[in-house]
Amino acid sequence: MKNKYSIFSLIKNALSGHENWQRAWRDPEPKNEYDAIIVGGGGHGLATAYYLAKKHKMTNIAVVEKGWIGGGNTGRNTTIIRSNYLWDASAGLYDHALKIWEGLSQELNYNVMFSQRGVMNLAHNLQDVRDLKRRTHANRLNGIDAVWLNTDEVKKFCPIINTSQDIRYPVLGGTLQKRAGTARHDAVAWGYARGADQLGVDIIQNCEVKGIKRDGDQVIGIETSKGFIKSKKIGVVAAGHSSVLANMAGLKLPLESKPLQALVSEPVKPIIDTVVMSNAVHAYVSQSDKGELVIGAGTDSYVSYTQKGSHNIVEETLRAILELYPIFSRMKMLRQWGGIVDICPDASPIISKTQVKGLYFNCGWGTGGFKATPGSGDLFAHTIANDEPHKLNAAFNINRFVSGDLVDEHGAAAVAH
Amino acid sequence: MFIIICPYCGERDQTEFSSGGEAHIVRPKQPTELSDDEWAEFLFMRKNIKGIQFERWNHSHGCRKWFNVVRDTSNDKIHAVYKMGEKPPINK
Repeated sequence: MKNKYSIFSLIKNALSGHENWQRAWRDPEPKNEYDAIIVGGGGHGLATAYYLAKKHKMTNIAVVEKGWIGGGNTGRNTTIIRSNYLWDASAGLYDHALKIWEGLSQELNYNVMFSQRGVMNLAHNLQDVRDLKRRTHANRLNGIDAVWLNTDEVKKFCPIINTSQDIRYPVLGGTLQKRAGTARHDAVAWGYARGADQLGVDIIQNCEVKGIKRDGDQVIGIETSKGFIKSKKIGVVAAGHSSVLANMAGLKLPLESKPLQALVSEPVKPIIDTVVMSNAVHAYVSQSDKGELVIGAGTDSYVSYTQKGSHNIVEETLRAILELYPIFSRMKMLRQWGGIVDICPDASPIISKTQVKGLYFNCGWGTGGFKATPGSGDLFAHTIANDEPHKLNAAFNINRFVSGDLVDEHGAAAVAH
Repeated sequence: MFIIICPYCGERDQTEFSSGGEAHIVRPKQPTELSDDEWAEFLFMRKNIKGIQFERWNHSHGCRKWFNVVRDTSNDKIHAVYKMGEKPPINK
């Protein structure tokens, strides 16, 4: 690997005043034709390109991105990684991703700052307790680490939680996945971009797709702001804009796009060394390495592409945070933002072939796609290269909405992702 | 977050309303005759438009009546509001 990052390259560059670092990826102009094109330069798209080149030896490929890489939902999420899903298909999918996360920094020679600090999911009522215990058992049967904690154990694991039984939604217990945690979201996009680029993938930024061209049942290329690019294999990984791109190819998807918000506080000293999520009151919080509290809020109830979200959603989340963590009552929030998430009726993703030959969609990740980035890329690459799904993503085909074989994680997952 | 003019109550904050999603999806007249593809189309497939969208809203914290809204989903600007059963004032 050229420009390998190591302690020696760090020392060498430090001694020369950090003026000789090489750019991490090229900025090429699009060729006329590629063996495959990935539409969308987020984490999932870049990972797809990386695994296409690395595992399937398809190196004449391009990633086209309308903005800059990692500027969409990859750079907007709350970076939580876990695999404690209820159903077998989901457990297989998300744990596949988690296993790749565990060796990703080494594989990419890029520190994605994967931190297995644990993710705890709280129960606030009897039904929560039953559901979460059931999920814990299901997780264990699938080989995924999960433990049930009673209220005292929750308090011991995260001492700043208010476990008083007098609050509006008292903590009755929780589940803990110790292998879960967080990663640096930007680094994931940059690491995959650098890795893909070194394998010969063209990453073309500021290149918006305006149309998807078909010749009958076969896809033949994309119309972009940088001209027409030919390819007989096109993989679309466009998150919130998936329906817009499907429409260009004359397809309809079972998606609704909604704004999802997150916010961060002013930076403070280390106070919470894990990730705590709560489904019932919809609040989840962790602390970044810079010291900011990273807080995830919910989605708006209506379709919108505005990338901002409503104030009342943030207010509800902060209200719950304050009741659970009274110690945060005087903290100031620094920034708030929104991203557009594409939600499937069963809250599970689509990684699938379509009725158009050579056109593949990877979408519907809704509010929880970041955690799956490496697995999603790996399985989507497999699907594109072989024109057949891998056994781990076979259940996530688009046809499940016709057959009725849904993977219903709405309410079954540990939290609204 | 935006203001919606309820055709029955007038100008109210969006938080008083519940979104009912895409409008003018006709309920199948003979459900027993429907193929799996047609069921999928009715139940799950959505236009999910970026731009002018026709949608249903319910004034759930007000008069609790359903009505239709024409909204631009790229900027949340509302172009028209009309009652159930009325013809859309803007061409679909």
